[in-house]
Amino acid sequence: MTTTAVRLRASPRRLSVPHRTGALAQLLRTKPLGAIGAAIILVLLIAAIGAPWLAPYPYDVGVAGVRLQGPSLAHPFGTDANGRDLLSRIIWGARVSVTIGFGAVAISTVLAICVGVLCGYFGGWFDLLVQRVVDVWISFPALVLLVSLVAILGPGLFSTTLILGILLAPGTSRVVRSAVLGMRHLPYVESARCAGAGHIRIIRACVLPNVSATIIVLATIQLGAAILAESTLSFLGYGVPPPYPTWGAMLSGTGRAFMLQSPWLSVWPGLAISAAVFGFNMLGDALRDILDPRLGRGS
Amino acid sequence: MSRYLARRLVLLVPTLLGVSIVVFVLVRLLPGDATTLMLQDARATAADEQALRHRLGIDQPIHVQYVTWLGGLARGDLGTSFKSHTPVRDELAARIPVTAELGVLAMLISTLIAIPVGVISAVRQDTWPDYVSRSAAIGLLAIPGFWLGTLVVTLPSVWWQWTPPLRYTPLLDNPVRNLTQDLVPAVILGLGLAGGLMRLIRTQMLEVLRQDFVRTAAAKGLAERAVVMRHALKNALIPAVTVLGLQVSLLVSGTVVLESIFVLPGMGRYLLEAVQARDYPAVQALNLLFALVIVVANLIVDVLYGWIDPRVRYV
Repeated sequence: MTTTAVRLRASPRRLSVPHRTGALAQLLRTKPLGAIGAAIILVLLIAAIGAPWLAPYPYDVGVAGVRLQGPSLAHPFGTDANGRDLLSRIIWGARVSVTIGFGAVAISTVLAICVGVLCGYFGGWFDLLVQRVVDVWISFPALVLLVSLVAILGPGLFSTTLILGILLAPGTSRVVRSAVLGMRHLPYVESARCAGAGHIRIIRACVLPNVSATIIVLATIQLGAAILAESTLSFLGYGVPPPYPTWGAMLSGTGRAFMLQSPWLSVWPGLAISAAVFGFNMLGDALRDILDPRLGRGS
Repeated sequence: MSRYLARRLVLLVPTLLGVSIVVFVLVRLLPGDATTLMLQDARATAADEQALRHRLGIDQPIHVQYVTWLGGLARGDLGTSFKSHTPVRDELAARIPVTAELGVLAMLISTLIAIPVGVISAVRQDTWPDYVSRSAAIGLLAIPGFWLGTLVVTLPSVWWQWTPPLRYTPLLDNPVRNLTQDLVPAVILGLGLAGGLMRLIRTQMLEVLRQDFVRTAAAKGLAERAVVMRHALKNALIPAVTVLGLQVSLLVSGTVVLESIFVLPGMGRYLLEAVQARDYPAVQALNLLFALVIVVANLIVDVLYGWIDPRVRYV
């Protein structure tokens, strides 16, 4: 019954979608922070996809004469210790961050939904056993898992993505599980069960739609977390190896060594990371407000 | 309830055993071992290397090593560090207070920021106070802790010729000096944690504020403050408690980074050093300890969960 009520309430909103400009203006008016976040992410995605065309210089070849230059017309963000253009490296860095972010979150979300929904829904001994595996997984200091797996799999884009995905999953699975746990005994789920619906049908029709908002929001926010984690790893020296330009590595290597004489070296990558994480978080918050019908205004 | 608690306590044992086995295997899968690093400078032969491996006990099959280590653990012996040749227990005893203090301070700071900001931005949803407090909290979350840490360590030395002291002062020796040393990394760590907690409190508050019992409370004439604090916040905090458990593992990772930057002699930095030196006993002990902290925190969370929310049924 609750589901139908929710659908009824959501339908007028869905009908208004064809007025695209109207919806956009409404988003801008009611969720300015979310709109800012979306704009930041749009810029990030454009940079990541269009890096080969947008970057004015190659990211890995420097010019000997222009080491450690401040911002100028030729190099708006300055150059690093190898004479490489910082703007180009930031743009290419966006591609690394976005690839790892989306890849890791895709892995973590799929894993987390499987584990979280099954545990929360079935409960009992199954839940108790699986949660102990999640316990091991969650209580594992991330760093050791990370360093070991990087050493075993070999450093690279793929291994970093996989490892971050695995590391992010237990957190989401816990949140999904507790959300499902809370709704397991709600009247509409029990009435569906009484009506003879099977487990798969109940999970698909009653449980998943009610956690989907949570999952979408968590995934958006985890994109930020993944980008932040990736940069922390690169900073510690366990991230994606050169020649890939990553924001975290830019902060740790030359950025740290030359922080005093050329502060922009550490300012731009730091700002890029902060902006990306901020954007995903703001978009996630706005999505949460919009997607969850229970949070709708005036209801 | 007490049956549930007893069962969970019993279940801690397999969890910790699981962690210890995974760590035991992983750390040995790392390329190289302690001997490669210890014999780096000397003109060591393969025979020397073998002798050293034998002395350290890492020439035995892995299951034998594990049983030996477990036997030691049962007697309260965590082994001897490969690097410093002192008992790991003594090494840990000196470092636990440093990390514990940093962690507790950071947790406190993050909660103190997160609850008021989360409540205000939920009650005043989509108004300026909401926008400002939220962008501030998320902005602070978005700034990488290692970057902020490096800036804080480096810039004052340029501007005011002030460098953070390299010697660590324990809390009991000189509380004031200790706090000035720990406060900055704790604030950086706490700010990073506050954003996530704040958001969760906000979304839960939004959900709770639209429920019937809140409308009833408001309708019977209660002040907004009472409705928000006594009726709404209490219910909104339930899921936030779950996140508190997850925060502990974030905290562990955070201490590793910040202790390295701020040169604090804590467990996080020790872990990084131990992994690099392939100091197996130290890595194993540290991981077990971290895992114990996280597991116990999660157990407390699960128990609190039922205590705060009687609707959750323990089975």
